[in-house]
Amino acid sequence: MATRTITITILTTATTMLDDFLVRAGLAAIGLSLATGPLGSFVVWRRMAYFGDATAHAAVLGVALALATDLPIGLGTLTVALAMAVTVAGLSARGWAMDTTLGVLAHSALAFGLVAVSFFPSVRTDLSSYLFGDILAVSRGDLALIWLGALAVLALLAWRWQALLTATVSEDLAHAAGIRPDRERLVLVIALALVVAVALKIVGALLIAAMLIIPAAAARSLSRTPEAMAAIAIAIGGLSGLGGLGLSLWQDTPTGPSIIVVAAGLFALSSLRRQV
Amino acid sequence: MSLIAADHICIRFGAEEVLHDISLKVDPGEIVTILGPNGSGKSTLLRALLGIVPAAEGRITRQPGLKIGYVPQKLMIDRTMPITVRRFLSLPARVTDAAADEALSRTGMAGQGAEQMTTLSGGQLQRVLLARALLGQPQILMLDEPTSGLDQPGEAAFYRLIEEVRRETGAAVLMISHDLHVVMAASDRVICLNGHICCEGTPRVVSTAPEYRALFGLGTQGALALYRHEHDHAHEDGHPHHHHHDPHHGHDHA
Repeated sequence: MATRTITITILTTATTMLDDFLVRAGLAAIGLSLATGPLGSFVVWRRMAYFGDATAHAAVLGVALALATDLPIGLGTLTVALAMAVTVAGLSARGWAMDTTLGVLAHSALAFGLVAVSFFPSVRTDLSSYLFGDILAVSRGDLALIWLGALAVLALLAWRWQALLTATVSEDLAHAAGIRPDRERLVLVIALALVVAVALKIVGALLIAAMLIIPAAAARSLSRTPEAMAAIAIAIGGLSGLGGLGLSLWQDTPTGPSIIVVAAGLFALSSLRRQV
Repeated sequence: MSLIAADHICIRFGAEEVLHDISLKVDPGEIVTILGPNGSGKSTLLRALLGIVPAAEGRITRQPGLKIGYVPQKLMIDRTMPITVRRFLSLPARVTDAAADEALSRTGMAGQGAEQMTTLSGGQLQRVLLARALLGQPQILMLDEPTSGLDQPGEAAFYRLIEEVRRETGAAVLMISHDLHVVMAASDRVICLNGHICCEGTPRVVSTAPEYRALFGLGTQGALALYRHEHDHAHEDGHPHHHHHDPHHGHDHA
């Protein structure tokens, strides 16, 4: 009897806690970092930073598409981000001058998205929430999607981990071991599109790439193995999320940028350690 | 049955044909060395056999499920990736600590498992790459200039190790080299390559072949490194051989 009462109490407490927007925001930030930690590590190792930018910026175009077709925003951003990521991956496989191509694609996607979104007056007013995120407005439904998406990315990366790592260390060694590097690249591309869709609400299109790169870069000097770096990046990402939330509440600053500011601070601290 | 065989393959990079009409095979337990000057397409041939570079013409057949231990000439691990020697040995197949220790001590890297890959010297890196290749219990080792980072005693020890591995495991070895003397002693068969197969056979036969001497400038200048491919060397009959004298064809006239 007693245990049952306790269980019910815990469950009720848990559900009431979810009523608090701050708890939801905190959980959203932690959920996101579960995906951005390991994926961001790959983005850093494979020098895909600009690639992340292009995919993330395409999300704004996805918002416009979703509004035009009455689809859920998440689905719209996922579709467009995936299309962009696959395009970029295809171009890079054909050996295009990636720096320029990605620059063109990343910024055009953003510009087209902003122009397209301006046709919807309802969005015009809260455009900044798509650009910079609106973590304090995360609903229970959003939270469920964020965790589902993040866990899906984590599971995908864990499943392909050894092959992904081998292909990242050396495509030739991967080939010789019967691994197809192009297939592993596709895994990362899909994961990236999922993360973009998940992260749009939290840090916004402009700062998704920062959320991928900064925690991973900060984790670099603290780790000796790829697994350690991914795990530490998760911790730093989560810490930045909670810290940014605090900063945002305390100083009434936009949350997305606040999260990145904290992440950048942690990065600076970690580079101090490397000097020692 | 051969472990791996190339049947009249041609490799092109754009319009440039880097390898022309190559046929070769490696049988179990053989040590085969590919010799050739810089830019002769040695690495490309190895990479084609591995399936990294596609062949424009011809066919490459591998024994089904063939286990290859590949040691590339270079390995550039991005400095942003923290990875110890021990962790690297477990890519892509995880190995036990005991197996990893044994492989490292065999290649002269005992006790260095905790080192970061990015801090290794060229010679150390090659030893680690070989240790990793051995851990996969390969039926064939494919080595791309495996001794380029080693000093002379290291090189001699390296070839002894290869010979030992072949004796113990029966693994075939296909390696690339530009070093004539050591290779000659260590190989069962030598293939001279310069965009096409110039000559092949046992080290004794090859070292007296006019094609080989022409390829390495032996007897003309006496300098091994000097490459004077005169285009007038005779090829055996029954080995149709085309020299395309177009500007893209890869013969450099030194």
